[in-house]
Amino acid sequence: MNAHAVGGMPEITYNFAYLDEQTKRMIRRAILKAIAVPGYQVPFAAREMPMPYGWGTGGVQVTAAVLGPKDVLKVIDQGADDTTNAVAIRGFFEKTARVATTTSAVEATVIQTRHRVPETPLAEHQILVYQVPIPEPLRFLEPRETETRQLHALAEYGLMHVKLYEDIARHGHIATTYAYPVEVAGRYVMDPSPIPKFDNPKLDDCPALQLFGAGREKRIYAIPPYTRVRSLDFEDHPFKVQRFAKPCALCAATGVYLDEVILDDKGGRMFVCSDTDYCNGRQVAGHRGEMAAPVGEGA
Amino acid sequence: MSVATSDTSLTSCLATGFIDPVLDGQASFRAAMWALSRPGRVEPIAAALTPPAPLNPEAAALVLALCDYETPLWLDPALARVPEVAAFLRFHTGAPVVEDAAEARFALIAEPLDMPDFFDFAQGSPEFPDTSATLILQVEAFTGGLVLEGPGVQGRAAFGAAPLPADFIARMAENRAGFPLGVDLLLAGPGGVAGLPRSVTVKEG
Repeated sequence: MNAHAVGGMPEITYNFAYLDEQTKRMIRRAILKAIAVPGYQVPFAAREMPMPYGWGTGGVQVTAAVLGPKDVLKVIDQGADDTTNAVAIRGFFEKTARVATTTSAVEATVIQTRHRVPETPLAEHQILVYQVPIPEPLRFLEPRETETRQLHALAEYGLMHVKLYEDIARHGHIATTYAYPVEVAGRYVMDPSPIPKFDNPKLDDCPALQLFGAGREKRIYAIPPYTRVRSLDFEDHPFKVQRFAKPCALCAATGVYLDEVILDDKGGRMFVCSDTDYCNGRQVAGHRGEMAAPVGEGA
Repeated sequence: MSVATSDTSLTSCLATGFIDPVLDGQASFRAAMWALSRPGRVEPIAAALTPPAPLNPEAAALVLALCDYETPLWLDPALARVPEVAAFLRFHTGAPVVEDAAEARFALIAEPLDMPDFFDFAQGSPEFPDTSATLILQVEAFTGGLVLEGPGVQGRAAFGAAPLPADFIARMAENRAGFPLGVDLLLAGPGGVAGLPRSVTVKEG
């Protein structure tokens, strides 16, 4: 417990990492089973958190259950360390667990993420915690939970292939660009959370442990390190990731995921790295994009 | 919470639990988490526990970290013979100790050579494979000539633990064949824990 007197009144105290111990044990048991059955969604008794659903309550509960005092936490939202969601969750664990936080993907031991996988390759000692809005990849095809659960039990994923095929029939290519379904360890089809499909290849054979938490939907699932993760596709329409015409306008990086930033109302725009830590690191190392501030100006 | 004071045999057997239940519990869980994530790799577990024999400190740390009133616990005959073991675990976790192996969420096995068939324990259901049992096996050493493959293993990994039943490879093959059903194993031995989730393939080295 962290007790601090403020003006004679004791400040509100929290258990380490906010959650009570019984809740942590329940989440931890769910995590262990999720690891043992890669890609399978383990139901868990998600708690209400002091933030609204949709703001990462699932990811926060998973992070709270794994976090220890020696961990270094990084939180990203769409690749950025400095957006509201990321700053709020980082502050939450600084206050309730007193852990060190960082924006560096290399220094972090636990990275909680909303909708991106860092560009910097992850290492064996790291844990990547995804915030998941809708964990069931078949939900928009079959709304009944009893039915989707049966489909997973029978490994009956024809419906998903029909969906991808209909994309091809209508658009000439698979038009799904985010939350692109994957098959984990040759068995379960899983929603990788709404990451761009650009990030899907990073899930495959990743040295880090990947945990997924859905708070409102009360599900936890996992990909152990070094696990085969295959994006669903067809022989004649193999899985392909997005490509960008130009490098990052700030750090000149290629082969990374870029965000479009509108600059004015005359069609002016720029494409910059979505991963702010990666982009800053490259700029510090001297890489300059076409719209980077000249050396000596700006931050 | 009150302890029965009239029963002196009970009070004398209550060895202390975690010094810091929050952080010791977290550290023990993390060891188990990494053990199941990287099958075969022995994760250090610093357990400053002195549980009643034949319960070893590493297995005790795992039970104290993972079990509570929601998790029926089964003890193998070697542990069930010693009432102090059940008293220690009941006091520190609140877990109900059950006699029927099929009811248990966790099973503690001090003598792996005599352990019951894996199918005596909950296997989970096709819709809910997570409802299967986790077996905690006490081992004396992490030596032996097994080879592991599967999720969490980069290529192949050498592994060993002793003692294990002679038909261990056949048992694990049967367990793997039932995937996604099956039991998950945590092996607790000197200073560490190793994990063999149901997804792992165990072969002769």
